Amino acid sequence: MEPKIVETDKPTTASGFNQSVPLSNHPLHLSPEYKSTILRSPTRPLMLVPDQMKNLRMPVFGDSCIGPLDHDLTKNARKNGEPIGERIKVVGRVLDASGRPLPNVLVEIWQANAAGRYIHKAEIHDAPLDPNFLGAGRLLTDAEGRYSFYTIKPGAYPWGNHYNAWRPNHIHFSVIGPHLDQRLVTQMYFPGDPLFAYDPIFQSVPKHARELLIARFSMDWTEPEFALAYEFNIVLNGRNQTPFE
Amino acid sequence: MTTLPITPSQTVGPFFAYGLTAHQYGYDFNSLAEGELVDPIAHSAELIYVSGQILDGHGQPISDAMIECWQADTQGQYSSEPIAYPPHQASFTGFGRLGTGTTRTNQFTFTTVKPGSTATDSAPHINIILFLRGSLRTLYTRLYFSDEPEANNQDALLCSVDAERRHTLIARKSREGHYQFDIHLQGSDETVFFDL
Repeated sequence: MEPKIVETDKPTTASGFNQSVPLSNHPLHLSPEYKSTILRSPTRPLMLVPDQMKNLRMPVFGDSCIGPLDHDLTKNARKNGEPIGERIKVVGRVLDASGRPLPNVLVEIWQANAAGRYIHKAEIHDAPLDPNFLGAGRLLTDAEGRYSFYTIKPGAYPWGNHYNAWRPNHIHFSVIGPHLDQRLVTQMYFPGDPLFAYDPIFQSVPKHARELLIARFSMDWTEPEFALAYEFNIVLNGRNQTPFE
Repeated sequence: MTTLPITPSQTVGPFFAYGLTAHQYGYDFNSLAEGELVDPIAHSAELIYVSGQILDGHGQPISDAMIECWQADTQGQYSSEPIAYPPHQASFTGFGRLGTGTTRTNQFTFTTVKPGSTATDSAPHINIILFLRGSLRTLYTRLYFSDEPEANNQDALLCSVDAERRHTLIARKSREGHYQFDIHLQGSDETVFFDL
């Protein structure tokens, strides 16, 4: 089989927006270049529902759910030393589309290790496991919607979607916002990754919205002699009702 | 008012288990939510079990899906108390989460109580939130109960679903206290999903 570039266009900035671009920032359910969507995406139109259903409050998680090391993936699974790889810090805010910070939001993260290997039992990529790295963590946003965690920069890894398919470096995020329609699972990517153009999961997002998945390198948040930093803000649906302020 | 662009959705992928459902899969990390939405001891007299599979376009059960349930209590009230860890400190959370990869048949089973009606035009129901490898977006649906025909007939949302698709939202009572709710992603019984 020939290697195939999914789409040669580079991600564009939001300023490249024009009327022909679909309004949603989300991928379509069916995105055939990502083969698993073919048998796993709904074929019928989704049903519109009243706002009161979208506005249903979601569960709230308490401080007791977060252990002291849950936000530090470089420490939370140590057995006999430090995890191998490039230590990084990821910071950001969780906001709604109106720009309001969302406090006390549960953010869960999981990722591959520096060699591109998941600890998952079904993982078949023949790269080394790191005995000191689980690759999972969680946190609650603070009163200003801020979060931060330490981790090891994940490696790229091959997968079976097509000939010579590799996933760009990424960290998975699961976010439980305050309302039912603010339940988001997404992936954070790193700037300048040469695999973007070849990855149908990244490319499934409409072109105008792809840069929203790419963290920004942040010198400001870097910790000298310790870790580089990336900033990744997460924006969930806004509310439909008129705000009071 | 500023409007910020929404962060795009991405697939949960095949390897979510050690992060999101770690305890169920035997990983050395705690799980904030599992298959019990209530404390089974405190609610032993009124427990129900909701089981099912997530089926792809070939009717094959999916082993790498994650399903979340969020429901009201028997009085129709959603819990607003913060969920605590370890679990079971509260007798009702109403929130559960399971992966489909730990049983031979890729079946999930939630232990809960039947929710009360949350409004006069609303039948007892459970909100279902679904993630899986091969799904690029959060999938939302609802579970109603086959032994609530009168309430179901007065449920505003259910009645607005095309009559021939309504059965896809109704869990079938298989025996006392047990309900079966399979989710079909495609096919003639394709489950109704909501545009949230």
